[in-house]
Parts: sequence; C-alpha cells; structure tokens
Amino acid sequence: MSSTETNIDQFKSLIAEAKQQSESVRIRGSGSKDFYGVSLEGVVVNTKDFSGITEYDPTELVLTARSGTPLSVIEDALRENNQMLAFEPPHMGSEATFGGCIASGLSGPRRASQGAVRDFVLGVRLLNADGLDLQFGGKVMKNVAGFDVSRLIAGSFGTLGLILESSIKVLPKPECERTIFFDLDNQSAISKMNELAGMPIPLSGTCFVRNRLAARLSGSEIAVKVAHQKIGGEAHDEKDFWHSIREQSHPFFQSEGCLYRLSVNPTALRSEYPNELIEWNGSTRWIWDEGTLDKHQEFASQHGGHATVFRGNQPGDSINKMSRELHLLQKKIKTAMDPHGVFGRKRLFTEF
Amino acid sequence: MGHIERDLKEYPVASVDKGTLVREFLSFLSIESVKHKTEDLTPFECDGLTAYPQIPLVAVLPENEEQICQIMKLCNQFRVPIVFRGAGTGLSGGAIPYDQGVLLVLSKLKRIVHIDPVGRSAIVQPGVRNAAISEATKKHNLYYAPDPSSQIACSIGGNVAENSGGVHCLKYGLTVNNILKVRFVTIEGDVVEIGSEGLDSPGYDLLALITGSEGLLGVVTEVTVKLLPTPEKAQVIMASFDDVEKAGLAVADIIAAGIIPAGLEMMDKKAINAVEQFIGAGYPMDAAAMLLCESDGSIEEVNSEIKKTTEVLYKAGATDVTVSTDDAHRLKLWAGRKSAFPAVGRVLPDYFCMDGTIPRRTLPRVLKRIAEMEKTFNLQCANVFHAGDGNLHPLIMFDANEGNQLHRAELYGAAILELCVEVGGTITGEHGVGIEKINQMCIQFDNHELQTFLNLKLAFDPEGRLNPGKAVPTLNRCAEFGHMHVHRGEERFPDIPRF
Ligand SMILES: Cc1cc2nc3c(=O)[nH]c(=O)nc-3n(C[C@H](O)[C@H](O)[C@H](O)COP(=O)(O)OP(=O)(O)OC[C@H]3O[C@@H](n4cnc5c(N)ncnc54)[C@H](O)[C@@H]3O)c2cc1C
Repeated sequence: MSSTETNIDQFKSLIAEAKQQSESVRIRGSGSKDFYGVSLEGVVVNTKDFSGITEYDPTELVLTARSGTPLSVIEDALRENNQMLAFEPPHMGSEATFGGCIASGLSGPRRASQGAVRDFVLGVRLLNADGLDLQFGGKVMKNVAGFDVSRLIAGSFGTLGLILESSIKVLPKPECERTIFFDLDNQSAISKMNELAGMPIPLSGTCFVRNRLAARLSGSEIAVKVAHQKIGGEAHDEKDFWHSIREQSHPFFQSEGCLYRLSVNPTALRSEYPNELIEWNGSTRWIWDEGTLDKHQEFASQHGGHATVFRGNQPGDSINKMSRELHLLQKKIKTAMDPHGVFGRKRLFTEF
Repeated sequence: MGHIERDLKEYPVASVDKGTLVREFLSFLSIESVKHKTEDLTPFECDGLTAYPQIPLVAVLPENEEQICQIMKLCNQFRVPIVFRGAGTGLSGGAIPYDQGVLLVLSKLKRIVHIDPVGRSAIVQPGVRNAAISEATKKHNLYYAPDPSSQIACSIGGNVAENSGGVHCLKYGLTVNNILKVRFVTIEGDVVEIGSEGLDSPGYDLLALITGSEGLLGVVTEVTVKLLPTPEKAQVIMASFDDVEKAGLAVADIIAAGIIPAGLEMMDKKAINAVEQFIGAGYPMDAAAMLLCESDGSIEEVNSEIKKTTEVLYKAGATDVTVSTDDAHRLKLWAGRKSAFPAVGRVLPDYFCMDGTIPRRTLPRVLKRIAEMEKTFNLQCANVFHAGDGNLHPLIMFDANEGNQLHRAELYGAAILELCVEVGGTITGEHGVGIEKINQMCIQFDNHELQTFLNLKLAFDPEGRLNPGKAVPTLNRCAEFGHMHVHRGEERFPDIPRF
C-alpha cells in the first residue's frame, strides 16, 4: 500500500472512531489558523503527511495538490513558471498548508480585484463522515454539473468534510508591480479607494492604514506606467508592505484583544472613525477592540454587511451574527453534509 | 440525452384540480397573471431545448416578491411541482414545465432597482435581461462582465440559476464570480438574503450553492451584481489556421506567454461557414479553424498585448492574422461568434448544443473523435469552443422530422458528453444539466456523490417540489440507465486503440 493510501486509511479510521463515539474530529494542517473560530474541539486529525502536488500543467492554468502540501511549496512551483495564486492567501505561519488555505477561505490584498479562494477553487476530493471518498467539481475551468460543493467547502473550516485534494485555477504573475501612496484621512481614503476601483486601471490592491493609502498597480510595464500617470501620487518601493498586510505582521496588527473584521459596502462612511485598517477598496475594515460584536454588527448591518471576531474571541462565544432564516439554512447545510456532527464541532457556530 | 423522458415517478404528484388552483391564484394575482388555457400556455412549452415540448397545468406571472411567496406557499400546500422560468433561453431543458405542475414565470420582474456607480454594484430584479444591466450602467462607464451569447434575451435570474458564462469569462469569471448578493424565496415561502454588499459573509458560502442550482433550491427574486469599469479600449484579433490542432496549440502558447486575453474563442470550418453564410462577419471561409482573441485595458496596454499576441499566433502557425480596425469592426467579428448557434440552426432545422469542458491539452484528441463520430451516427457536427477555458460547444445538426435523426442526435450527444468525462472533463461547462444531461450525471458522479447532491437538495426542498427530476438524478434513475460511472480522466478501455 502506498503511503498516501495509508494516510487515507488512517483518516478514515479516525473519522469512523470519532463518529462511533459521538466525538468530533478537528482537521488540522499546521495550526496556523487555530486562532480563528468559536472554539477548538475534538480529536486532531493531522493532514501534514498527506502532501504533494499531484498535477500541474502551467498552460492549463490548473494545479492540483493534496491537503498537507505546504503552501510555500505550491507557491515555489508556481513561481518557477511565472505563475501565482491570485488570491494571495495569508499563510499566518511558516508551515501553512494548502488544505488549510482552502478550508479557511482567507484571501489577501488582491482579493478585491481578482477574487477570493472560492473564486479559484475548481474541484475538491473529500472524505465525508462515512469515510467515503468523494469528488466534486473538477480540474477544468468551467463546470456546472451538480451543486457547487467545492466552493461551499472553501471557507468551511473543516466542518463539512476532510479535504483530501483540491484543484485551483492559477494565473500568470504580472510583469510589473508598483505601489503608490497618498496621505489621506479615513473618509477621503474611502472615497479615493472607490474612485480608483471605478477607473479602468490594473488596480491589484488598496490598503489604508495610519493616514496613508497604498494603491498597488500590477500588469504589463506599460499598463502600470500609464495607470500611474493617470492617478498621480508617489511611488515607493516598500517591498514588505503588502506581505505585512497579507500576513498581519504590519505594526497595526501587533496588538492584544479582539480584532474585528467588518465586511461592508465599500462606500460606507461614519461620523467618527476608529483606529482602523481598510482594505479591499473599502469593503473590509479591521478594528481592534473598541466596542462589542453587537455594536460592530449594528454598523455593518446599516451598510449591507457583517462583523466577525477575527482574533481574540472568548472561546465558546459566537464570532458573528446572522438572520434567523440564514442561520437555519446554515444548519441545514451542515446536517446535509455531516449529519452526525463529526467535523469541526463548534468551530464556526456555537451550537453545531 | 439518449432516451430522455421527463421522469416524475420518483416524485409522487398529488393530482390537483386545475380549477381550484386557478381560483386560488386569482385570489391574489390579476387575470393576466394567471394563464391556464392551452393557447395561452403554448409559448411556455419549452425553453432553448426544443425537442421535448410540454405545456404546464397553469403558468403564473407574478409582479412582485410578495406574490411569489404566496405562490410558493400555495404550491407547497397543494403539493404541486413548480418550475421557474426566466427568459426561456436555457439549453438543457431546465425551464420545461410539467403537465401536472405550475410554471412560475419571472418576466414581469424586470426592474433595475438601484445602481450604485460609486460602490460599483447594481440591484436588479430576476427578469432583467443580462444586456440591460450594462446598457443601464454604460453612462457611468461601468458594465456587468458575464456576457452569454444569449445576453440580449436571457434573464439575470436564469444566469444565476445556470451560473452562465460568456466569451469574456476566462479573464472576468462566470456569474458566480460577479454577483454579491441574492434574495430568494424558499419552498415554504420565506425570503432569505445571502451574500452581502461587502465581498463576503459569514458561514457557508450559500451564494456559491445557489448559483448554478438550476431552480432546484429556491426562486431568485433579486440579484446584486458587481460592476466593472469599462476598459478604455478593446481590440480583437482574428487568426486563421489550416489545421484545427495548430489552432488548439496556439491557445496554449498564448497562455504560456503569460497572456490572459479578455476573450479567446475558436471555431471550426463548419461553424465558420455557417456563420459566414448567415451574417457575413468577414470570416475566412477557407480556414480549417479560426481564433478570436481579444485584448482590453488602457490604449497602451492593448497595443502592446495585441503586438505580443500577434507574434505568438504567427509563431504557432497562423496563416492569417487580422486585427480589428475600430469598434464597429470588432463588434462585427464578435457578432459572428455570438450568432453561431442560430447560424448553425439555419443549416438544418434542429441542433443540439453540447457543452462539455475538457482539459485544453486533450482538445486535438477530442475533436478528432467527435469528427469520427459524425460517421458513426451519420450526422454533421460543427464546433464552437470557448478555447481559453476549455468549454466545447459541439453543435449536432439534425432534422427531427427525418427518420430516426432525433434519436441518433441524442446518442451522438451522449457519446460526446461521455468522452468529455473520460478525458478528465465535465458534461456541462455553463448550460446546466436540466433534463438533457440527467443520465450523464450518473456517468460523471458515483452514487455517493449524487447522494450528497440529493441531501443538499432535501435541505432546501424536503419534498422535492422544485424542478423535480432535473439536474440531479435519483439513484434509481441511474440504476435504470445502467451506464457505468466513469472515473474522471481514465478512459474506460485505455488499451483499445481508438479509430
Ligand atoms: C443562442 C443561445 C446562446 C447561448 N449562449 C450562452 C452562453 O454563451 N453562455 C451561457 O452560459 N449560456 C448560454 N446560453 C444558455 C442560456 O441563455 C443561459 O443558460 C441563460 O442563463 C438562461 O437564462 P434564461 O433567463 O433564459 O433562463 P431559463 O431558460 O428561463 O431558465 C433556465 C433555468 O434557470 C431556472 N430559473 C430561471 N429563472 C430563475 C429564478 N429567478 N430563480 C430560480 N431559478 C430560475 C429555470 O428553472 C431553469 O432551470 C445560450 C442560449 C441560446 C439560446
């Protein structure tokens, strides 16, 4: 038996055991996203040894890899072919795995222009609670056969099944990149972000922090040059800036307490601004402490969105609020995919 | 395909008294909104898949969401199956009614509710035509990117239900990548909002699940779409090849050069000829295949990309390369591609449009086998291809009134779909399963995978009232169909040489 088959058999028996004992399994790559969620419960099933890129043909723009594959290995392989993961996944730890990247569904600065993990997932191979080995989606760019289970899995934090393998769409790396800085306050930064995002320029990231708005342009040499002329502003080569935003290693993120993440209409304004970091053309706002989840949700609701406790949640407390109808549907989805509640109990919701 | 019949036996239908149902509907809908006479129902007997017409028991055309909630509740109470219909351009039979069912038509909900030019989004009702969105937002220099060839007719609700693509989706994505929020009504008559005005929302990604769900989970009553800034310039290249395989390889060369064109389409000789005779787009009648490759962006960017792409194309063996001279010329070149289906429809009275997606590297092999099958089934097939993303549209031409041509066409279609699964692809890239490919679902998925789909369906629709018997086959159906599940990417008899 090959080692990957042994791995799969081990996963199956751990799942079976947990199911039999009405326990939960907690699927874990390197634990780099352990900080996130309602609580961490259940027997750890580690995917790290289930590793390797199984298929990658650069001209197909598709890469398939096992869950335990280090994200850095995937990014190296892509870099060799001048390609990239366009959603710029945050690693949040040097050993972050590919499976964790799909399961957490977290995306980096390029998200607003290129899409999130869920926009690039093409297919998944999944072990369900009965230990059945299932495939959804595929290794091709377009696929509407059956419900889109692969995208449903993206961001489900190991609560719907064990991802064995995923296929994702990859893209060529831009030839050239330039970051331009503007000195602005919160309100004018929000306006500027929306203005830039409405212009036909190759904008690949915006971030406002500490009275400075950074706008990144990516594309061909000429495209970047022309766009810069159009929007003005000073270009600085701050190499690690975007990395520090993606990885939350920027000084803004070095604090204690609760880090809230607000996902709202990009144009949402306030009368008084907190100390915040704004990304994704205005639609994502990061705020330390200051207030409660209810208070942030109130603002978010007024602006068509949601607030989430991203870091520093009190274990067992809910990390977000949603409507009764929506909550009911979430529960039905969980039951449809994992009727016995074997996977990641209480990672995302307080009751299941 | 292959012995398609509407199959409701798995979904017991209470036989309902038509008169009672009509009376109930008339208690909250106007007379013009309730169609029950045969002559009023005939326009709804089929969608873009015309071979299997059927009139519904009753068709209702509500004017607002509240009425939709009432209709859903009533149908649930009377245990009547419901089929939703947008513009009826679907190609897989998703909107074909049941004789004992209600057809809920969304054509009266065609209002653009709100455009937010600064936040770059628009809220639209489900019956709004795809093209109407970009027309309405043009004055803000914004547009809605997914552009199915049917865009002047098809509705955004239908687009969401099918996760429709278009010729620009390699660069800009499908419907699922371009919508922010959806309101839908459940079978119980409850309104649910999924997604948000931001870029994500907590919990499971229901937006992804609803998109492409083919009217099996609920009825979409409002969609918030993302708008993109209109590029400063767009230009298209038309490249001719004397060999289909060379054209296929040229596509890989473009991608390998790091170029993601805004659109990348391929047509074979039969498709070129049909289009040229239909609208005279200026296509090369003597070419074995042609590519349309679009660049968009700033003026300088487009100029440089067009130059780079042209070089790649010549290197790949293009016999002729034409670059659009102005926007009128560009639109004319695209008009040819966008009218490919009706053009082929002119050659013979009927056609089936297949929709498999394959790994691009398998293209030469797949095209060769499709050509060989022309002889097997004694029918002609033209090929149109979203080349950039591997989505094939073989168009099988036939005359349903001639002998057993319909049956042969069904078998030919089925064989093509199975071939797509064999080479590692899928039976449908953008048109959906509907009733057309329901049997081939048994080939692409095994019973456990299908059971997962069925469980998700039951989570939304416990008694199977919404579009029953479509998109996801029951396990019994697959057992009766009897074909083996093919493991993706593994040919069934790899050792046998293919002729
Ligand atoms: C000439 C031609 C060219 C085409 N080109 C393309 C193309 O390039 N790309 C592509 O992807 N498709 C294409 N199509 C297919 C078709 O246009 C799309 O599938 C389109 O999205 C269907 O929209 P519709 O409003 O006509 O939906 P309908 O045909 O009315 O319905 C399609 C499905 O959606 C469901 N539905 C409709 N409205 C709702 C709603 N509000 N809520 C829930 N379910 C709903 C129906 O029940 C049905 O299952 C083409 C079709 C034709 C005829």
